Amino acid sequence: MPVIETENRKDLVEIENVTIRFAGDSGDGMQLTGTQFTNTSAILGNDISTLPDFPAEIRAPAGSLPGVSGFQINFSSRDIRTPGDEPNVLVAMNPAALKVNLHDLEKGGILIINSDAFAELNLKKAGYEKNPLEDGSLSAYRVISIPLTELNLNALKDLNLGRKEADRCKNFFALGMMYWLYDRPLDPTLKWMQSKFQKNPVVLEANVRALRAGFNYADTTELFTTHYRVRKASLAPGKYRNITGNEATALGFIAAAQVAKRPLFYASYPITPASDILHELSRHKNFGIKTFQAEDEIAAMTAAIGASFAGHLGLTGTSGPGVALKSEAIGLAVMTELPVVIANIQRGGPSTGLPTKTEQADLLQAMFGRNGECPVPIVAAATPSDCFAMAFEAFRIATMFMTPVFYLSDGYLGNGSEPWKLPKVDELPNIDIEYRTEAEGFHPYLRNEATLGRPWAIPGTPGLEHRIGGLEKQHITGNVSYDPDNHEFMVRLRAEKVARIANFIPEVEVFGKPEGKLLVVGWGGTYGAITSAVEVMQTRGKSVSSVHLRHLNPFPKNLGGVLSRFEKVLVPELNLGQLCLLLRARYLVDAIGFNKVKGHPFKISELVRKMEELV
Amino acid sequence: MSENGKQNGKGAGVLELKRQDFMTDQEVRWCPGCGDYSILAQTQKTLPDLKIPREKFVFVSGIGCSSRFPYYVNSYGFHSIHGRAPAVATGIKAARPELSVWVITGDGDALSIGGNHFMHAIRRNLDINIILFNNRIYGLTKGQYSPTSEFGKKTKSTPQGSIDYPINPLCVALANEATFVGRSIDVDVKHLSTVLTQAANHKGVSFVEVFQNCNIFNDGAFKHFTEREHREDRTINLEHGKRMIFGKDRNKGIRLNGIKLEVVDLGNGITETDLLMHDAHSSDPSLAYMLARMEYPEFPVPIGVFHAVGKPTYDELMEAQVQDSISRMGPGNLEKLLNSGDTWVVE
Repeated sequence: MPVIETENRKDLVEIENVTIRFAGDSGDGMQLTGTQFTNTSAILGNDISTLPDFPAEIRAPAGSLPGVSGFQINFSSRDIRTPGDEPNVLVAMNPAALKVNLHDLEKGGILIINSDAFAELNLKKAGYEKNPLEDGSLSAYRVISIPLTELNLNALKDLNLGRKEADRCKNFFALGMMYWLYDRPLDPTLKWMQSKFQKNPVVLEANVRALRAGFNYADTTELFTTHYRVRKASLAPGKYRNITGNEATALGFIAAAQVAKRPLFYASYPITPASDILHELSRHKNFGIKTFQAEDEIAAMTAAIGASFAGHLGLTGTSGPGVALKSEAIGLAVMTELPVVIANIQRGGPSTGLPTKTEQADLLQAMFGRNGECPVPIVAAATPSDCFAMAFEAFRIATMFMTPVFYLSDGYLGNGSEPWKLPKVDELPNIDIEYRTEAEGFHPYLRNEATLGRPWAIPGTPGLEHRIGGLEKQHITGNVSYDPDNHEFMVRLRAEKVARIANFIPEVEVFGKPEGKLLVVGWGGTYGAITSAVEVMQTRGKSVSSVHLRHLNPFPKNLGGVLSRFEKVLVPELNLGQLCLLLRARYLVDAIGFNKVKGHPFKISELVRKMEELV
Repeated sequence: MSENGKQNGKGAGVLELKRQDFMTDQEVRWCPGCGDYSILAQTQKTLPDLKIPREKFVFVSGIGCSSRFPYYVNSYGFHSIHGRAPAVATGIKAARPELSVWVITGDGDALSIGGNHFMHAIRRNLDINIILFNNRIYGLTKGQYSPTSEFGKKTKSTPQGSIDYPINPLCVALANEATFVGRSIDVDVKHLSTVLTQAANHKGVSFVEVFQNCNIFNDGAFKHFTEREHREDRTINLEHGKRMIFGKDRNKGIRLNGIKLEVVDLGNGITETDLLMHDAHSSDPSLAYMLARMEYPEFPVPIGVFHAVGKPTYDELMEAQVQDSISRMGPGNLEKLLNSGDTWVVE
């Protein structure tokens, strides 16, 4: 760790947590900067939570408002669960970044600006008639205006680099400055640079120099009189790594396949924000994983079904529009009772919607989006690291009950990161699978007494030759049947099979007292904001508890009882009230929705405000 | 189920499977007189000769009369959804390359709703057999036109005649670089068996179009060349390495005139050596494409094996990448994977 000079003119102040938002043009490397800052902070031991915010287009016109890319990181010496309601620091690399992000910066917040980018053309592109650096409009903030472009170019001037290439290093200059400002070591990023740019020594040298130059500049300049230390958080003892939800999702599926001792077959079609899962799984073929980039979403789903029919763990991953395409095939999986998992990393909808913005509006689609009475179990992750556990859980349920299962995540969880306490492999739940081999007494639609699951009899097994398909099945024999009584029986049996899953999932836990004035019920990626807000209310002495559902279909057995012990039930959701609708219908509880559909996660403050209204 | 149901052929020696071993107890519900009965019978007779254990066969179908086929074959079968059988089959075969995977489909199932999956399964060269029962109509839904119905066809949905231009399944297959393309006729049982056998033995995607008569909704669609009295004069059986001769008296042939095919009468200076010799193994499918486009009455309707070439299959390439990964990185270790990347310990 570099030695920190604590001269009189530079104060090192200890603070508990900071939220920084890096913002710039899509080409400015903000995601990279944010990720590096995150990794370094994680290694330092802070608790962290991140929120990348990128545009849908690959490269919008340079300097334009739609081209602004941002990365917010909240890091702390205590336990935090969200990327922060408002940044304390905004690093704005150009006018467009300032325009888009300024109103989120807390009053009195630190505003670090690349003044070189505030020239006439860029100002115009961002819709500024006057230069905000000069017209007093930023007086509410602590503005630190730095000629970053020029400083960076100077630092690299004797290297054999064209201007454009040298300019591309300015994000590392900014990063270096931020490292000094928050007392972070340079080593993790230097190490990463060594490995990433080893084939290109000139670029490596340039990036290293830019990083160091930024750090040294911040150390030397009169512009910063104070820098900050954010201590290690006291996380529970264990081994950690920083992980995004999509990475954790992939690992969860791999782990499930390993524990189940069955090969994983991942079929998918690229779609934001799920494509990373395909990329990640395709790098792990040495686990026997076969990844298939299908010609479309329907082919992906039907290929996954084929793989499950053949005895593999069939898996497909997509987002809302892809689930819509897969509906008919999911129905086929329900009728043929095959263990296949459908991962939906939700995004803003409807239709093409907002591909890079988060939302949780596909719950009712997962519950009902198929023709006929077509129940599918649903699980949902609550945090980026919980994605591991729930991806694993999806396969545990799928194989135990011989049913397709929805695994729901979202863009915020998928791209956001936090420290993940690594589980011990031998402590992972069991997934015990036995293929049917005994021909005597075999029928494709025989039932397990407890689960109502049918036998998994796979091709290649002598004596078990049978045919299945989408037409209604006769009970036990599995032959095609149009008999009226049999149809009703089978519809009810399929519903009962899903309902029985409640016997094999944990009861829901209440955060706070088991009864009181207000119960807040959430699901999916809102866990961090809801729990933090409830904690604030509890600290204020209010009678508020919360419950976060990770199993959405069926609901945990005790949920009805829990709901009944509170005067009011609040359901904050990033949709117009989908869980709320399900709770009201199932439990006849007058649940109140708090709904936001802006493509952003909840802020702790807005939840606290709503809760205060109700108690 | 016969005694032979218990055989698994694991030992060395010949498998004693018979047609009965591939028959199910399900009552066959195709209309009396349907061409599907013949195709079913020939398939059930052909399968035992492939010397593959019965439990390794998987028949996958979509929706349509053709797609009821798996219920009548005593093997593993999957009656999936309309148009999607090639994708289901891709999942089965890619996961378990050792299985013998067959797709049974129809002109609507494969070329209308299923066009996309049909194309890609062929393009990828999965080692599967795709058998398309072409009756030039939608039978199951009672008589709408299909992508192979003639222009102007009057049906329930086209009372003034269809304004769709039809396509030729063989051409679609060849355009997607199918490595085996064959065609046969439901009532020519010996020929059908030969083509199915060659298709099954071909390593790579094998596409076979079977002209199938739907006697209820499109009776006689192929009568003009399949009827006994006309068959020899109006069809030509393509055989690799043989000259293209046809006709009851073997007195007609096909030759290349510039870049066009033409029908000639033998005699008057034209001998067999002037005729085209069929090369099914040419790496260039262009000639096969031209042959596929021969239509009555200008030409005899071509049947047989048009094209049969070898190239690595998708399923073997996929398996090879897995094995390559294992030998380069060692078998996957979950503990190692979870603990990879930058980790730190909190005491």
